[in-house]
Amino acid sequence: MSVAVVLAITALVIAGGWRRRHDNARSSGGGNAGFVDQSANELRWIVVGGMIVPAVILTLTFAFTIVTENATAAPPASAAMTIEIIGHRWWWEVKYSGDSAGPVTANEVHVPVGKPIRLELTSADVIHSFWIPQLAGKTDVIPGQRNIAWIQADAPGVYRGACTEYCGQQHANMAAFVVAQSPADFAQWLEHQRAVVTGVAPGPAAAGFAVFQASACASCHTIRGTSASGRIGPDLTHLASRATIAGGTLANNRGNLAGWIANPQTIKPGNVMPAIPLRSRDLQALLAYLETLQ
Amino acid sequence: MATTTVPAPVSERLTRIWETAPGLFGALASVDHKTIGKRYLVTSIVFLILGGAEAAALRVQLARPDTSLMTPEAYNQIFSMHGITMIFWYAAPVLSGFSNYMWPLMLGARDMACPRANALSYWTFLMSGVFLYTSALVGQMPDKGWFAYAPLTETAYSPGLNMDFYAIALTFLSVSTTVGAINFVVTLFKTRAPGMSVNRLPIFVWGTLTTSFSVIAAAPALTAACVLLYLDRRFGAHFYDAAFGGSALLWQHLFWSFGHPWVYIVVLPAMGIVSDLMPTFCRRPLVGYAFVALATVSTGMLGFGVWVHHMFATGLPATASSFFSAASMVITIPSAIAVFSWIATMWHGRPVFKTPMLFAAGFIILFVIGGVSGVATAANAYDLQLTDTYFIVAHLHYVLIGINVFAVMAGFYYWLPKITGKMLNEKLGKVNFWLMFIGFGVGFFPMHTLGLLGMPRRIYTYAAGLGWEWQNMWVTIGAFVFALGVAVFIANFFWSLRSGDDAGPNPWDAPTLEWATPSPPPPYNFARVPIVGSRHPLWEGRTSERTGQSLLDTGPILDEGRDTFGTTPLDAEPDEILRMPEDTMWPFFLSLSILVVSYGLLFDRLWLGAIGIGALFVCIAGWFWPRGVVRSPAGA
Repeated sequence: MSVAVVLAITALVIAGGWRRRHDNARSSGGGNAGFVDQSANELRWIVVGGMIVPAVILTLTFAFTIVTENATAAPPASAAMTIEIIGHRWWWEVKYSGDSAGPVTANEVHVPVGKPIRLELTSADVIHSFWIPQLAGKTDVIPGQRNIAWIQADAPGVYRGACTEYCGQQHANMAAFVVAQSPADFAQWLEHQRAVVTGVAPGPAAAGFAVFQASACASCHTIRGTSASGRIGPDLTHLASRATIAGGTLANNRGNLAGWIANPQTIKPGNVMPAIPLRSRDLQALLAYLETLQ
Repeated sequence: MATTTVPAPVSERLTRIWETAPGLFGALASVDHKTIGKRYLVTSIVFLILGGAEAAALRVQLARPDTSLMTPEAYNQIFSMHGITMIFWYAAPVLSGFSNYMWPLMLGARDMACPRANALSYWTFLMSGVFLYTSALVGQMPDKGWFAYAPLTETAYSPGLNMDFYAIALTFLSVSTTVGAINFVVTLFKTRAPGMSVNRLPIFVWGTLTTSFSVIAAAPALTAACVLLYLDRRFGAHFYDAAFGGSALLWQHLFWSFGHPWVYIVVLPAMGIVSDLMPTFCRRPLVGYAFVALATVSTGMLGFGVWVHHMFATGLPATASSFFSAASMVITIPSAIAVFSWIATMWHGRPVFKTPMLFAAGFIILFVIGGVSGVATAANAYDLQLTDTYFIVAHLHYVLIGINVFAVMAGFYYWLPKITGKMLNEKLGKVNFWLMFIGFGVGFFPMHTLGLLGMPRRIYTYAAGLGWEWQNMWVTIGAFVFALGVAVFIANFFWSLRSGDDAGPNPWDAPTLEWATPSPPPPYNFARVPIVGSRHPLWEGRTSERTGQSLLDTGPILDEGRDTFGTTPLDAEPDEILRMPEDTMWPFFLSLSILVVSYGLLFDRLWLGAIGIGALFVCIAGWFWPRGVVRSPAGA
């Protein structure tokens, strides 16, 4: 419809310009030459083109809007579960809050396929906006306000989205992913995420855990089951199970993780994580430990 | 049509009475609306070039994925300054420039009603812009977007001076816009030529009149928003801080209840420019004058009822969203009326495609594209997908470049011969048009699809592999072609000053009063006050339109001082003779005092603020010091 309106009016402009155009050579010569008389029916253009036609089109558009809004405002069935999403500069905290074990993850929202999911959106700092284009429109994430949205993925897969309200220096690097899984896979995933860390294998991983405890890591990050309970950065209990790190900026592999820990301010300037100076041996141990957080 | 002739001694006496004093004093003290108008135009074009250079930098950064030419901090400052500069320091002031220059000429007056306020409005515009750009010198330009959503702008998230510059500069600028708007309203209702009744006003005048009322009503919302922000930042007031009972959305409501009327403020006079040059180049009166005039006014009023369509995603109740969705659609109707008036004028006319008309025709097409994408964003369900993506970037540029810049270019090609007395080059003009039109299409159309592909706004870079690459490259190429078009315009301007043909009083055989004066007009505009008898005083007796008879050669001269007629608000019957003020430095010094206060506020220096405030009061006292202004009743 939009395209039709644009083409029709463009055609009218060109036709109107071409139809009785002046020969430039004899234009603007003054005198009476070249004037055109007014005609009786010229106001019809305005009444029909400027009022009646747009009124009809707009009324239909508005009716369609209301119907669509009604259809998308609430899920067709009651929500299968509620997921709490908290916007941070510049990552998403995801909590399965109805779950007593309280699984918490970051930037990845796992959902079962074919079920309406209710999202509760809040912000830890500034305004963000949660948007997964293939699943739903945007809902702003506003401090002091709990906004409700719902999504339903009808096919398994990973749906990429991003923060769409400018939220400061790293607004560009704040992706979100909805991972839709079959109900069985999802149940298995959720069960896995509920688990807390129960001890650490001896060797490099144990040394890495000691580094984690001794350096600044633990003051910002939580690893459930250990004494690390910082609340500023993402929960790392199942870090290794995630596909990306740093708000979707990097793929989650050993090299990227090493680069991120060594120099987060180069990769994502302005982000809240400080560079932690570590000796190479300690860094390798830390990486070995983090890789055990499946 | 010959211009008015008076004996040489009379015109010399008038020149002596009205001309600005020479030298530095005159430069700072001029209250001539033509001088002020030219300054507005030049200054706003300088800001256009600054904003354009910023846009070019942004496009280089975004041409390819994962570029690191700019740090995120630099990108965020530059995209913010691009928006702030274009919207506040270019788009509205350039129209004020045309209005300042053209209004008295179109209305048959010798100056604006409040010439000193006019000077104040210009100086505050200039100095607030200078103040804003000093942020570049200290490397702390505003970096939270032109929309500056709280609480991101609070000191916790924005500790530098960046957003202090923003809050203070916009408050400063609103002095300029408000004073200017009041001046336009008073001018319209007080100093039109006898007989220039409201049903004879050029549509451009209707446009600026409407937007002046809008400014008076809308600017306080922005000022309030900025003052609250400053109080939050400097005095810990928590207006926008939800943790202490404030509201983040308060900013958005204040900002957009100003911001959406502002959109119409920067387009309605531009639409008026096109409505007024259409008759000239289509060789017939505008179709549906009354419809277009009323559509202009109703757009201005409806513009206050649509702001929430910027906030559909904030979680407002559906009923409220639907109301604003409906209102945003209704506002399309007056625009459609204007579009079909232009089409009908072309259809039933004989279009002469000189450069101004080319720009006007291109303007109509871009207007419609921007309008249709606007309807898409007005549909709230659809808008939840579109908002804050590149679709919106496309839409707003179709509106602001399509409706503002193209009309402004048309206005320059149409009126510069009046202002400088020299014709611009037609060939360069056509090159200018096609570079801008094609560059614009190449540059901005793909933004629609980028938005539909999910590219968010205001990102300093994007990852490869999301399907956005080649379109972003297109956009960058188009933007540079467009910039080349602007460069051709500037070259054409300087070419015309050096080698352009003399324009003569009325090179286009146009119908309205500004063309009854020599080009450029003398300091007193009209030697004899015109007595207006129709909507097209210079076409009387030549078209089939039945009109009254204007008297351009027999009106009174008024050469005993800076005198102009005061007339009644609707019918423009003369009821007094107004003695207009002489050149004065007070508006300049007053603006300078506000600048000093602004720096005092910025740097938290009480003594500096105190000096500024003291100077401010001295200036106001000096301005209003009685100096025997005579107001003689009509007939006395």
